[in-house]
Amino acid sequence: MEFLSYLVTGISLGSIYAIIALGYTMVYGIAKMLNFAHGDVIMVGGYVAFYATSFATGSLLGEDPSDGAVLLATLGSVLLAMLVCTALGVVIEGLAYKPLRSAPSLAVLITAIGVSYFLQNAAQLIFGAAPKNFTPVVSGQLTLFGGQLRISYIALLTVATCLVIMAALTTFINKSKLGKAMRACSEDKGAAQLMGINVNGTISMTFAIGSALAAIAGVLLCSYSPLLQPTTGSMPGIKAFTAAVFGGIGSVPGAFLGGLLLGIIESLAQAYISTQLSNTIMFAVLIVVLLVKPAGLLGKYVPEKV
Amino acid sequence: MMKKKLLALLTASVMVLSLAACGGDSGTTDDTSGTDDSTETTATAFKIGVIGPLTGDAAIYGTCVANSTQIAVEEINALGGDIQFELLTPADDVNDAETSVNAYNNLMDQGMQLLVGTVTTQPGLSVFPLTNEDRLFTITPSASGDDCIEGNDTVFQVCFTDSNQGMRSAQYIDENFEDPQIAIIYKNDDQYSIGIHDNFVAEAESRGMSIVYEGTFNNSSATDFNVQLTAAQAAGADLLFLPIYYSPASIILTQANAMGYAPTFFGVDGMDGILTAKGFDASLAEGVYLLTPFAADAEDELTQNFVTTYQEQYGEIPNQFGADAYDAVYTLYAAIQAAGVTADMSAADICEALIEVMPTISVTGLTSAGAEMTWDSNGAVSKDPTAVVIRDGAYVTP
Amino acid sequence: MRQYLKSMKTVTKVDFATYLGVILAFIIVTVCQSMGLLNRSMTGMLVPICCYVCMAVSLNLTVGILGELSLGHAGFMSVGAFSGIVTAMSLQSAIPNDLVRMILALIVGAFFAAVVGFIVGIPVLRLRGDYLAIVTLAFGEIIKDLINCLLVGWDENGLHIALNLDGTKSMSSLGLTENGIEIIKGAQGATGNARIATFTVGFVLVMITLIVVLNLVRSRTGRAVMAIRDNRIAAESVGLNVTKYKLTAFVVSTALAGAAGALFGLNYSNVTAAQFDFNTSILVLVYVVLGGLGNIWGSVVAATVLYILPEALRQFSDYRMLVYAIVLILVMLATNNPTFKAIFSRLRRKDDLPDTAGKEAQ
Repeated sequence: MEFLSYLVTGISLGSIYAIIALGYTMVYGIAKMLNFAHGDVIMVGGYVAFYATSFATGSLLGEDPSDGAVLLATLGSVLLAMLVCTALGVVIEGLAYKPLRSAPSLAVLITAIGVSYFLQNAAQLIFGAAPKNFTPVVSGQLTLFGGQLRISYIALLTVATCLVIMAALTTFINKSKLGKAMRACSEDKGAAQLMGINVNGTISMTFAIGSALAAIAGVLLCSYSPLLQPTTGSMPGIKAFTAAVFGGIGSVPGAFLGGLLLGIIESLAQAYISTQLSNTIMFAVLIVVLLVKPAGLLGKYVPEKV
Repeated sequence: MMKKKLLALLTASVMVLSLAACGGDSGTTDDTSGTDDSTETTATAFKIGVIGPLTGDAAIYGTCVANSTQIAVEEINALGGDIQFELLTPADDVNDAETSVNAYNNLMDQGMQLLVGTVTTQPGLSVFPLTNEDRLFTITPSASGDDCIEGNDTVFQVCFTDSNQGMRSAQYIDENFEDPQIAIIYKNDDQYSIGIHDNFVAEAESRGMSIVYEGTFNNSSATDFNVQLTAAQAAGADLLFLPIYYSPASIILTQANAMGYAPTFFGVDGMDGILTAKGFDASLAEGVYLLTPFAADAEDELTQNFVTTYQEQYGEIPNQFGADAYDAVYTLYAAIQAAGVTADMSAADICEALIEVMPTISVTGLTSAGAEMTWDSNGAVSKDPTAVVIRDGAYVTP
Repeated sequence: MRQYLKSMKTVTKVDFATYLGVILAFIIVTVCQSMGLLNRSMTGMLVPICCYVCMAVSLNLTVGILGELSLGHAGFMSVGAFSGIVTAMSLQSAIPNDLVRMILALIVGAFFAAVVGFIVGIPVLRLRGDYLAIVTLAFGEIIKDLINCLLVGWDENGLHIALNLDGTKSMSSLGLTENGIEIIKGAQGATGNARIATFTVGFVLVMITLIVVLNLVRSRTGRAVMAIRDNRIAAESVGLNVTKYKLTAFVVSTALAGAAGALFGLNYSNVTAAQFDFNTSILVLVYVVLGGLGNIWGSVVAATVLYILPEALRQFSDYRMLVYAIVLILVMLATNNPTFKAIFSRLRRKDDLPDTAGKEAQ
């Protein structure tokens, strides 16, 4: 029975990694850059949702609000967080990454690191260094097998959200016109431009979607692990980046699979091997996988042309 | 290509150098104005430096120490006595040993005579040997590691040492709980947490207490405790010992609640602050035991004044680190009075004189629970960790 | 002399200028120091600057010359730091001379880092691009975790080493005798180290690093490595042993990082594995990229300037790291944006007209 609950922990943690990894992978797929500031966009999303919710419960809703009103307020704050993050993502892209479109990818990487430092320190100046305790968007748990297995609703919500996002994103990329444009850009920017696709616009759009996902990830992450501080996003960001590579960077189902596996490995390693070495085990599995499949689990292996 | 890079680098270095030059300029103007002040007004402004994490993960502790030091310094200066303090700009160390040494050197350049810091143990272990070498009197509000004072006769602590806390926690649990099945979750990349854990385990073993589960986490896994909690529950633990700071502890309480696990939680002084954590559902902390020298909602006048002033100026409720820092400044004040040193003496002379008097003075402060704090010549404070339990959102003696 | 200078290749001139610059900087700093012109913050930063210069130059060998992005360079620094500390601390009674111990520590640090670099390099260098980057990141984290479990003590019976993998061991399980010293205490790191690193040693290490890297780059091996970077398949087809050359460059790079780590470790009385994390690797990478990939003297300058920058920004207090971030972004934009570059090159053309003309005449 413990095994099941470790598994549930792993899956819900993995779902959060997966949502963050989707942001990484989309941006990488199209702009071929590692957006290290992605984790910090998550943190911003968390803060926006935190302040929106506390404003709503503090001043908008009176004493003892109805469940419907609370749900509405929560949804509203998540939407607001998504809006702010989308705007932030587009602004970052426009100011810091767009001027470097033709520059070597390492230059963009360093700029992304600069942006990450900037967001963290700006957040500390604006929101203060004191950690905030995020109120989970849902509370309570599901009890199964006569109390032997308890699954918190937030874990269920996380997994469900992850599945929905995954399905929506796959459909969007495969079916919609913009999705087609995105795939074209990631295949060959020059050719896409010749076909009349607005490459810059498409890239901005990708950033917008990735950042909106980051906002959702932020809310879920903070509901799951309710501590919000300026550095909240950095470690999950790195792990999600690992997950994206694990599954094959640039591949949407890969990010999902990588995130999920990473979460499960981490949780089971902590439970059955050692809490000290869970990271080591996780990274060791990653190394072995990459040695066997050098492009990740679902990544396309592109043979070099001479 | 080369030339472009050269040009770019040159522009960058020019920028930096000009910044550095600005820094140098403002530094020197500061210095001169400082000396002007001291020649014109009083010759008794001791230059105090603060080193702590003002940014990064541990910023909450460093900023609170810096703010509280400021409050104490202002209060003492307002008394208008012979002893005046000049607080140098608090130096950020990002909770990193290397940066801390740089911060220390920077403060020394500004003529620091007394150091309130470091805030955390890790950087302290690199800075304290230097203060010992330079003969600079150091009082640390919260670097509680036993290694901090060992071999460094210039360093005095306001907080109690980790070994003291670990031992007393085990003792208390053994005396007050009927055959507890103990689980421990601690942070294994933090000196503070490891120090308390090791001493707790040693004492518990010698008392024959049963520890059924030990789980660790580190900076990179400090967000999720479901596995540790499930394992502790599976091992049948009914008492969870948490020698960690309150921010990860608040996640543990929330996640334990979400999975319906309700053992007795037992924290140490780092647990203080949990009731005032922003957004934390304080009802989850009901029945949590902790060792604390300071409670922000205590009724006594000293605490009330301090907390009100802090809230007015910084809009937050101070934690125990701030209270320790406040006490540290008043301890300096008492020691200076006792030793009769003046600000025009060299840092080394002040240091020797203060080391002499430290074992003789006693101070009543925010963190001494009404009693008096005294120091031994090693630098350890005689404060007894007392256990309190949280009932109806307040600390009560069980 | 003039004739000789003229007959030298431009790269050789640049190399000599680099050596000369570093030596000049050393002489100026030493003279200033002896005249008491340097304040404590500057003096305190000299050794770490030397460490980071070595780190940047050695990472440039991997990233710039070999063309493989490594995000785990700090891991090798960590290996060097801890093996160096163990060497220096355990030989304390056998070799009382600080300088000799320091040099031994550097050699041992470089050796162990090279061994780890070799072990890591074999699997890692089979991968490419971002996959290689993530695996180096993974190895960096693994090295950090393992050192966090490492317990090392020394007494007259020799070294005692234990790996605390399950969290149950502590220093007492090493069974040290009474006059034993605890050197590495797991996650608490090495405390109470003798601080024996000096600026002179740091300077010598920088010079050695420069000589090793520059000579490697200008040698047959270096040309092979760069050929592999520019076109692996072409290089392979002319019969170059790709694995051998890649591994050579990578191991040299890690060995130098190890030596830098030993210097760093012995400059502080307390060092923990957590200090050498992903962020430190990134920091060094920033130095390399800002200095210019493959540009060795650029790494030297960038490491120095960027190490001093956060300290020079202390006057901004709370805004310090924010300003640092902005400067970082602006410099990256200024050096890599086509528009800015065009402005720079226009300026340059005006300035350097006679120079370029001269070059063409050659």
